[in-house]
Amino acid sequence: MEIEYDVVVVGSGPAGLSATAEVLRRGFRRVLVVDENPLPGGQLFKQIHKFFGSREHYAGMRGFRIGERLLNEVEKLGGTISLRTSVIGTSYEGEIKTLWLSNPERGVSKVRVRKLIVATGAKENVIAFPGWTLPGVMGAGAVQTLVNIYRVLPGRRVLMAGSGNVGLIVSYQLLQAGAELVAIVEILPRIGGWAVHAAKILRMGVPIMLSTTIREVRGREWVEKAVVWRVGRDGKPVAGSEVEFDVDLVCLAVGLSPNVELTRMLGCEHLHLRALGGWTPLHDEKMETSLKGVYVCGDVAGVEEASVAIEEGKLAGIGASCELLSREELNTLVEESWRRLDELRSGPFGEPRKEAKKLILKEFKQRVRGRGIGG
Amino acid sequence: MNTEEPIGVNVIGVPTDEEFWKCPGVPSLERMKKGPVAVIECFQEIPCNVCELACPRGAIKVGHPITNLPVLDENRCVGCKLCISACPGLAIFVVDLSSDEAKVSLPYEMLPVPKVGEEVEVLDRRGRFLTKGRVVEVLYVDRFDKTFVVTVSLPKEYALHARNVKVAKRGER
Amino acid sequence: MGPLKRTREVIFYFCRNGKCEEVKAFEWDTVASALLAAGYKIFRYSDKYCEPRSVFCAIGLCNSCIMVVDGQPNVRTCITPVRDGMNVEVPQ
Repeated sequence: MEIEYDVVVVGSGPAGLSATAEVLRRGFRRVLVVDENPLPGGQLFKQIHKFFGSREHYAGMRGFRIGERLLNEVEKLGGTISLRTSVIGTSYEGEIKTLWLSNPERGVSKVRVRKLIVATGAKENVIAFPGWTLPGVMGAGAVQTLVNIYRVLPGRRVLMAGSGNVGLIVSYQLLQAGAELVAIVEILPRIGGWAVHAAKILRMGVPIMLSTTIREVRGREWVEKAVVWRVGRDGKPVAGSEVEFDVDLVCLAVGLSPNVELTRMLGCEHLHLRALGGWTPLHDEKMETSLKGVYVCGDVAGVEEASVAIEEGKLAGIGASCELLSREELNTLVEESWRRLDELRSGPFGEPRKEAKKLILKEFKQRVRGRGIGG
Repeated sequence: MNTEEPIGVNVIGVPTDEEFWKCPGVPSLERMKKGPVAVIECFQEIPCNVCELACPRGAIKVGHPITNLPVLDENRCVGCKLCISACPGLAIFVVDLSSDEAKVSLPYEMLPVPKVGEEVEVLDRRGRFLTKGRVVEVLYVDRFDKTFVVTVSLPKEYALHARNVKVAKRGER
Repeated sequence: MGPLKRTREVIFYFCRNGKCEEVKAFEWDTVASALLAAGYKIFRYSDKYCEPRSVFCAIGLCNSCIMVVDGQPNVRTCITPVRDGMNVEVPQ
């Protein structure tokens, strides 16, 4: 049995929820949100720290409270989220997209839709070293999920690899949960994240070892020891500089990559940009990809921040609602959104991402519009 | 001082003396000696203006773009401490050098929360022990959203470095 | 995060080499979180070299945590909510 929808949103994190609220607000009625996780909200519900940014972007509020707000908004607007539902296949006939969905209770079902918003987020990267598959070596995001959502502390003596914002923030949260951070190791000669996040943990006595990386991790059935060593200016490890730690948890905070499986499956055009986390789908100013009626928003369109995800979700929602808006209204809304996005991407930390997004828009024009395909 | 130790806000997150005094959010020593005043240790251009919105006296200016470093008007600031719990980066402190003993107020988000009258270990920006201090005030209202504001009294010479406290292990909880 | 929500308790079974043990969980736990909380840290052994495996990404993307749940193999325990009477096996 096939069901037809006006809009299907894949992913109920900040971008997906924001996009859903927008399309509902604009007047679409048959809107379906799917998420393969058992809970909505994406990574927002495990963010227990206060957010930065401006008032419009919920600055000063703790992440999970922002998540609650977004969820309430969607529910108030009459949206429902189908959880534990994965998109397992897609096909495309003119403007109609067909999605095959899988859910443990309902089995496999087919859905037809004209407007598809992909908000599938990103996944953690890995670094490989001897012992990396040992239980007790986990992604930093994984530890954050276990501690903040499920209230389980997987270890009491932790080594964190990576001093970007994720590594620094999760380290702080582990301290709050009562764990001991033996060290944070960072391969570069300077921290990757913001000084304020590093300051919070340095004042707790946590050492941040720069120009240092993991050599190996040992243990019988679970992590027991971690050995780190210094890396010279040439990037080569320095023999004899090894330091060994007794640990029972090793967290890897070494970056995120967009979850582009669905956009690849659909055949969207992608571009590889380091500043955005790797391969990411091309899109125009309305967040529409090279496939008409398929929009992207949030980390899948480039690993940035929750505030950007919320704004991009809104923008994708506006883009998907284009036929319900006058040309003037559409242009104004799109312009305002990019003004807010530009502000969120300002400063030395945002600049590389701002430039990367400009490249995406430019490449979209050349590759997609240039060939006369797409909106 | 350990010369091998990395320093600098962009290197490790700890300011050099020059970075500290050059920062527009840091008041003059003279002002600190007059009474409590905010010390905003925000050195990087991050899009954020929560402190500007939190100050009831308009003593903090960020403006646009919101990546501007917050500028403190040290004469408008009365050291009310409302900005301490608002800053998402926990980067604001209030320092008072006007009496024999200095008072430093800092944001605190760990358990157990220090108690008024308790003796604590005062730590510097790298978590190293500076001196023993006494907790003279612990502020919390719902609006602070789980960030407590702890004020500790300590010998004057450590006030510019004191940025954390460590609660001694308690017998029973 | 606020106090732990001590809501309804759920009981399921963790089975290894034919022997089953009762595991208590909260209704909002996943199989993986409940097992870790109860101290059952190894979920399976790898096919080729029989190396121990447990949780890695915790959001259903890496397949490190898969176990046999109610007879069905390759179930991602980190995104599977617990249920009374559920049977969770370490695959042979």
